[in-house]
Amino acid sequence: MPYHPVLVVGGGLAGLRAALEARFQGVEAAVLSLVHPLRSHSGAAQGGVNAPLANAEEGKDDTPERHAYETVVGSDFLADQDAVEAMTREASERIFELEHWGAPFSRTPQGKIAQRPFGGGAFPRTCYAADRTGHYLLHTLYEQALKYRVKVYVEWAALSLVVAQGQVQGVVALHLPSGEVEAFSAGAVIMATGGAGRLYLKSTNALINTGYGLALAYNSGAPLKDMEFVQFHPTSLHGSNILISEAARGEGGYLLNSQGERFMQKYAPRFMELAPRDIVARSIITELKEGRGFDGAYVLLDLRHLGAERILERLPGIRELAISFAGVDPIEKPIPVEPAQHYTMGGIDCNIWGESPLPGLLACGECACVSVHGANRLGGNSLLETVVFGQKAGRRAAELARAGAFTSNDGPLKKALEKARTGIEELKRGNGNEDPASIREEMRRAMWEGVGIFREKEGLGRAIARLQGLRERARRLRPAHSGKIFNQDLLRCWELPGQLLVAEAVAGGALRREESRGSHFRLDFPQRDDARFLHHTLAHLTPEGPRFEPREVAITRWPPEVRKY
Amino acid sequence: MAARGEKILTLKVFRFDPEAGGPPHYDRFPVEPMPGMSLLEALTEIAERQDPSLAFRYSCRGAVCGSCAMSIQGRPRLACQTQLKDLRGEVLVAPLPHLPVIRDLVVEMEHFYQRFEEIMPYLIRRTPPPERELLQAPRERRLLDEVADCIWCGACYASCPLVRQGPSYLGPAALLQAYRFAADSRDEGGRERLRLVDREEGVWRCHTVFNCVEVCPKKINPARAIQALKRKALFGRFKLW
Repeated sequence: MPYHPVLVVGGGLAGLRAALEARFQGVEAAVLSLVHPLRSHSGAAQGGVNAPLANAEEGKDDTPERHAYETVVGSDFLADQDAVEAMTREASERIFELEHWGAPFSRTPQGKIAQRPFGGGAFPRTCYAADRTGHYLLHTLYEQALKYRVKVYVEWAALSLVVAQGQVQGVVALHLPSGEVEAFSAGAVIMATGGAGRLYLKSTNALINTGYGLALAYNSGAPLKDMEFVQFHPTSLHGSNILISEAARGEGGYLLNSQGERFMQKYAPRFMELAPRDIVARSIITELKEGRGFDGAYVLLDLRHLGAERILERLPGIRELAISFAGVDPIEKPIPVEPAQHYTMGGIDCNIWGESPLPGLLACGECACVSVHGANRLGGNSLLETVVFGQKAGRRAAELARAGAFTSNDGPLKKALEKARTGIEELKRGNGNEDPASIREEMRRAMWEGVGIFREKEGLGRAIARLQGLRERARRLRPAHSGKIFNQDLLRCWELPGQLLVAEAVAGGALRREESRGSHFRLDFPQRDDARFLHHTLAHLTPEGPRFEPREVAITRWPPEVRKY
Repeated sequence: MAARGEKILTLKVFRFDPEAGGPPHYDRFPVEPMPGMSLLEALTEIAERQDPSLAFRYSCRGAVCGSCAMSIQGRPRLACQTQLKDLRGEVLVAPLPHLPVIRDLVVEMEHFYQRFEEIMPYLIRRTPPPERELLQAPRERRLLDEVADCIWCGACYASCPLVRQGPSYLGPAALLQAYRFAADSRDEGGRERLRLVDREEGVWRCHTVFNCVEVCPKKINPARAIQALKRKALFGRFKLW
């Protein structure tokens, strides 16, 4: 049975950074990844990564405190301020480190890392590499992983976390190419499995972002936090929902309705198109609902006035995507855009060192909730979170492993391995008659329709009932393909019940939170209600579904104020 | 754009399951093109509604992750980047050529990945880093514009006749990666890395067939990068890096 002092599940930016840090601490770390690390969703990030480098002329007065303050306001005061301060304090160091490793950031005329404005920020703070920042950073970290010989298990799908004597022992995983199931023993396990975008019908996320990593932790007794906060990105390509970066607006793009009006002046006169994402997304939906969209389905993102040169230099990836996937060259025509699910603010409850309440289990990146994004994440802060908290989780896991804090025990792992193998055989041979595609489609519809951009009690109740019904149906899932080799059908059947549990935590949290804050907007409670809801939501899994409890928000410097853009 | 209900397209899809035994064969699947539908979406549709056993790799569906490279009408392409409206008649869908098939459209990429590890695929620095960023002029950064965009999809590798002839050849993608660092004003590993590519299985195996240029979904020109590496090797201008 393979043993690794630190085992990271997920090979995106957070996972790679965590594994590298463990190596730097002199502790062996391995990465277990559903796909080759370069196929991770981190690579799709476009616009950039925030750090108060103060490289741009207009940003020369920027500081970690400004960055922290704007992040807190952006979060609608739900972020833990100590965590936010830790993130912005370490931001510059992490960015310089990436640059030293070869990340090809765009440059100012003086040769420094270039920075652009992003939503919710008063300064140009978003360090960018054209509009392919995630791609470049992911490659840079993978290059370092090769250099430091981090062991990567490629195309291994984690099937279960093994918990015994109150602590995590390791992971049972399925090797897709061979169909073999194996147990991995570990001193500490770090979850870095990304977000749960594919719980929704419309999402900018990669197809692999099923949210199953969250289910693994949740199923094993780790609580999920703030799951009701789901970011909807205002500008995804109409139809395919491929992301069109906020950088397009950061560079000066306009949003236009069918009357040719820059409608954001009605909703956020000061920040206009660069108001935070939750506000812009709701504004677009309002325009559509009031009949000022195109085909009732999209608005336009107009870049033409930026000119060909600027588009080619700063937004080449956006242009390529618009041409390939919408048949529109933004130099000549506006891009049709619509809001879509984009980011999971909630996640596995953890502290700034990535530690979850379940001993031996850590988390970092989008699957984690530290929380630095609170009720709404600012653009450019997600890439930052991956490297800052990836580093911290890697360091803490290494410390724990070195101290032998958690002794891994083969007995429970062998038992869990047998259980997984039997579970797979039972799934294949069972007499179920449900296929994963139709249940999943219904789940995505239920989430989009009931737990979307605008929410209210009745719709949320309906969504929960639908999800519970689907959970019943999911008991009768059966893969149509019974082979071992690359059986994706089997994996989809395995993951779906867990996805439904996570979906219920999102919907239940949204029903419980009778206020509007950040991305969570209740038509029946349109105001923020600090007296009742200035707290995090913890969801614990019980046989009856999620059990919720509040947790205090850490407020160190900035008492809640009205959020206005 | 194809309207709903417009002509049904037939995908003729390569099938092979080593477990089941039997020779490789093709299955035909009808697909109703919806506006804006990609070939990857069509394959997903097939796997969801017609034949859940169909295996193919996917992740981003936005041409940035490189998972879904396959042979489409005989040409290596990304399935997600291929629009159904651009296809006609019976569409041949097969795995990337010349790579061992794991099942259906999924090929063994390990050998391809290992080629990268032979060229020290990371920035090499000998001087300790400054406190802030290393400076790089915009004109120096522009040299990385195209060459750092590679998504490791393997389309160039699968289409290269020299790779086919000898598996020890580094191939266009790994050589492009070597050039990406050679072209980086911050890199201090020029001589060392150049030694790794200045050999028969390195740059000198490239006969400028240009298949790589033709198939690259990111419009990168690996052949030009290889030619540039050849020049560097020939003129030994290491110190100018």
